[in-house]
Amino acid sequence: MNKITKTLTCLLAASGLATVAVADQDATLTINGELTIATTVAAPADSPLDELFSGWVFRSGETQALQMDDFDNPSFIFVDQAIEQFAKVEGTEGESCASCHTDVAEFKGLRTTLPRHNASTGKLDTMATLINDCRTNRMGAEPWKYSKGKMTAMKALIGLQSRGMPMNVAVDGAAAEHFELGKEIYYTRVGQLDMSCANCHEDNYDTMIRADHLSQGQINGFPTYRLKNAKLNSIQGRFKGCMKNIRATPYKEGSKEFTALELYVASRGNGLPVETPSVRN
Amino acid sequence: MAKARVKAPKTAAAGELVTIKTLVNHPMESGQRKDKEGKIIPRKIINAFSATFGGEAVVAATFEPAISTNPYFQFSFTVPATGDLVMKWTDDDGSMIEQTKTITVA
Repeated sequence: MNKITKTLTCLLAASGLATVAVADQDATLTINGELTIATTVAAPADSPLDELFSGWVFRSGETQALQMDDFDNPSFIFVDQAIEQFAKVEGTEGESCASCHTDVAEFKGLRTTLPRHNASTGKLDTMATLINDCRTNRMGAEPWKYSKGKMTAMKALIGLQSRGMPMNVAVDGAAAEHFELGKEIYYTRVGQLDMSCANCHEDNYDTMIRADHLSQGQINGFPTYRLKNAKLNSIQGRFKGCMKNIRATPYKEGSKEFTALELYVASRGNGLPVETPSVRN
Repeated sequence: MAKARVKAPKTAAAGELVTIKTLVNHPMESGQRKDKEGKIIPRKIINAFSATFGGEAVVAATFEPAISTNPYFQFSFTVPATGDLVMKWTDDDGSMIEQTKTITVA
């Protein structure tokens, strides 16, 4: 992390006014006192970043603490709901998720590889498209909307199975085309404020943008519970929020552009362990 | 349908004050709200909570409609000896949610 935080921490500590919690680079994320998750890892070889930081590092001590215990983590209310939903029979085929997938633990590792290229459709598969594919084709049920409660809750439950495993999305082969599109979107300035993702999350992470401490925009913790809106937030829902902040017209959730961006941003975090479901402000 | 989550220590020293945190996944429908047609949504809340340890009452509480969704309840008590902490939440419809946690005194 850069000098600013360190200087700020020193100043606050020296003045005895350390009431504002400043992100602690050396804090360790240990969940339930058992599972220690690395929040700072070396960047992959071709990464534009020197070091990868989980968004957890940039949050205040109180917010960090919420994620360190599954009882305190409000996401688990939604995970509990998803466990019930997993066994709930819906649709014309009389099946639930559990009819095929007897144990949700079989999805261990899935979260680390998404989005991934699907050879039969030629598009990228995200957790949302996989869930909706099961719902429509196997269960004969209505698909869920991309960022609605049941969808994000189910994503959190499935993502939770991979907690602690490093992100590892493939960007070569057939996925390369989507990767390039995502990269282009990441570096293209848009909106009235004429900003790209990189302006904040690559050039200026770990600085304050008014009251907000900028992170690297890593998505290893999604779906994430935000104290701001007291619910689980999806990756593409967050992209939408970012685009609105820079006064741009957001792409649609589930669109080719956002899915490509999701792949690109995920690849920038390759090596960072999954924290799903995380807590942020 | 509702589910309860409880955080309690597995072990304690004799006479130690332990803190128990509980959280129930429950809508706590107050009975004051109206649906789209203007009809009152019937009240459905958890109206009582009680905890016993080794058969002895620890805490009992009456919940009222103003309590929020997913009620969180925390209490402390001294553990005399090894025993089972039995917690019960009573729903308006008469159903009960029960959770048991064993605390071992070393």
